Amino acid sequence: MSTIRGRVAVLCAALAVALVLPGCGSKTGETTSTGVTIDVSGDTIKVGLLNSLSGTMAISEVTVRDAIVLAIEEINAAGGVLGKKIQPISEDGASDWPTFAEKAEKLIKENRVGAVFGCWTSASRKAVKPVFEENKSLLFYPVQYEGLEQSPYIFYTGATTNQQIVPGLDYLKAQGKKSVYLVGSDYVFPRTANKIIKAYAAANGMTVLGEDYAPLGSTEFGTIVNKVKAAKADAVFNTLNGDSNVAFFKEYKSAGLTAATMPVISVSIAEEEVKSIGTQYLAGQLTAWNYYQTTTGSANDKFVKAYKAKFGADKPTSDPMEAAYVSVYLWKAMVEKAKSFEVEKVKGASDGITFQAPEGLVTIDGATQHIHKTARIGKIGDDGLITEVWNSGGPVKPDPYLKAYPWASGLS
Amino acid sequence: MKWRAAAGFALGAVVLFGVAPAVLSDFRLSLLAKYLCFALVAVGIGLAWGRGGLLTLGQGVFFGLGGYAMAMHLKLADAGEGNLPDFMELYGQLDALPWWWRPFANPVFALAATVLLPMLVALALGTLIFRRRVRGAYFAILSQALAAAMVILLIGQQGTTGGTNGLTDIEGFFGYDLDDPVNQRMVYFIIAACLLGLLALVRQLMHSRYGELLVAVRDSEERVRFLGYNPATVKLVAYVAAAGMAGLAGALFVPAVGIISPALIGIVPSIEFVIGVAIGGRATLLGPVLGAVAVAYAKTTLSERFPGAWIYLQGALFVIVIAVLPGGLASLARLLRRQPHGRLEHP
Repeated sequence: MSTIRGRVAVLCAALAVALVLPGCGSKTGETTSTGVTIDVSGDTIKVGLLNSLSGTMAISEVTVRDAIVLAIEEINAAGGVLGKKIQPISEDGASDWPTFAEKAEKLIKENRVGAVFGCWTSASRKAVKPVFEENKSLLFYPVQYEGLEQSPYIFYTGATTNQQIVPGLDYLKAQGKKSVYLVGSDYVFPRTANKIIKAYAAANGMTVLGEDYAPLGSTEFGTIVNKVKAAKADAVFNTLNGDSNVAFFKEYKSAGLTAATMPVISVSIAEEEVKSIGTQYLAGQLTAWNYYQTTTGSANDKFVKAYKAKFGADKPTSDPMEAAYVSVYLWKAMVEKAKSFEVEKVKGASDGITFQAPEGLVTIDGATQHIHKTARIGKIGDDGLITEVWNSGGPVKPDPYLKAYPWASGLS
Repeated sequence: MKWRAAAGFALGAVVLFGVAPAVLSDFRLSLLAKYLCFALVAVGIGLAWGRGGLLTLGQGVFFGLGGYAMAMHLKLADAGEGNLPDFMELYGQLDALPWWWRPFANPVFALAATVLLPMLVALALGTLIFRRRVRGAYFAILSQALAAAMVILLIGQQGTTGGTNGLTDIEGFFGYDLDDPVNQRMVYFIIAACLLGLLALVRQLMHSRYGELLVAVRDSEERVRFLGYNPATVKLVAYVAAAGMAGLAGALFVPAVGIISPALIGIVPSIEFVIGVAIGGRATLLGPVLGAVAVAYAKTTLSERFPGAWIYLQGALFVIVIAVLPGGLASLARLLRRQPHGRLEHP
């Protein structure tokens, strides 16, 4: 009996402590967070690298991490930022969104980094967004995405929809394609992209003959390809991600569909993915990006050469890698303009910053924290490289909420 | 034995309420809060699997039900009266809140649902399964299938469930701002108190007549049946109790971590829950707790130290522990005391 009483007493004491201690916490709506101070002691400045080094996304995200490391090494070799060498701290997001949030918090609170570079999937970005906003710390996100977002603490250096998907549709329209079939992985990016595509189609006299989603990682495409074939669309708009593309394109080819009869335009297949899917399945198909390894210009020659020298001659460079590489240089330029590592000052200095990137001139749009980028449609060649067949003629102003497009008014 | 149990609880309380908050930074304390949520699930698995022999490879489902129930309420509270949660406006294109979201605006309903909803699902499922005498590998496969189905369902309904993103960006917890470290601490204390309370409860249960019966069913179901008991009912109680604990853990996980997503409730996390329990020692009271915390802690530490190779190290660690200590970490103490004949069930 005495033990039960003792236990009850302990529990009561525990509960009492639990209930008394939080008495002074702030209620919602009271702003208390002042953010975390960046560690500027010593002769280095720490930055976080947050990528999936394990799990399904590792194949893509490791190359992005490599590109960031390359940029950091180049900057350090040239003297660093404000006299400090950049010290990268790499964390594994493990293709798991809650892990991304945990590691982001660790980088910000424990390492007190100046900025974090990374994330790939929209789900991981959505998971870390509140962490960066709460701690008033900066994230540079290097991958094309579905738009409709503008966090004050994220810089988006990949394409938003009007720099990739809309130009892709414009290209199909210019080629006289009147109907499309939509195939995508079942998550946020494809679903949101397809919402935008349907709105575009409705306003531009295109018909959407079907819309199918496969779970991420799915390799069952027999049914979907049969439906695509039966629909006799003029083109397929493909927002599949990862391994699914391999199965989809194999099935597509064995169903007798070709780039000549029914071209597929993809927005998630870059040079790295072409290599793993196999050129024999992809030759002649289209992609929409802002950068290809074949993009001309001395900045790109230098980037491709440096990357191959460091990571291997057989390693291709791709759009997300380039956007990640550029993001480090943009952060450096912002810090140097602000003459400070302080987040608010760095943000304040962002508008109008330009950089001669491998993809051409890019400019930060301070209002949206996206960058002006040139849209490029490419055709996949037999050698696995992608050659440009059309471009927007110059950098396109980012418009994440598609405000300049009347047909998109009902989307956000 | 009894004074030792009381002393154990006192020690646990001192560590959780005194030492941990004093020595850990805010960030590390919030990680500990997360580990303790996994420990709550583990206590339930210890009961159902360690004691009842029910290999529940689908606890993620109940964790998810509790987590989503809590997150739905918090999202509605964040959005405010009459507004849609942010992600619904973005992806859903809905004019009004779906009917099944509406009751969760009520805090009492939502809180009750975090525990009762998983228990109800477990009750319905368990009744069907145990009556039909499904057991062993079949039961494990069934619970896995349930986890897989739940993930597909959640991902497919992006407009109303948040899809792969899950429910994120949770700002407040019953009126308290979760950004405030003081309130984060409060969440930690609530979780620690729940864990201690639950452990006391489960200890009572293990030492009751029911506890003896559960072990008997695990060891020889047919014999128990011939003695006139209904093994289905005995197993059902353990299964439903474990589901309730997982639901509670999910509900507490949301304010502690700020996100609930399909990635946390599918097949892999469900297996990870069981691994923690196996490593800790499934048949003991504290084994599952220690195992769950140790596995989660190892995952964090290894991945911070060796971001490129931690996953191999973690795998190696599992293999070594299971090979060297089949009884789990809880059997380590007995091994050190060199008592090979120590009782396995009542350490």
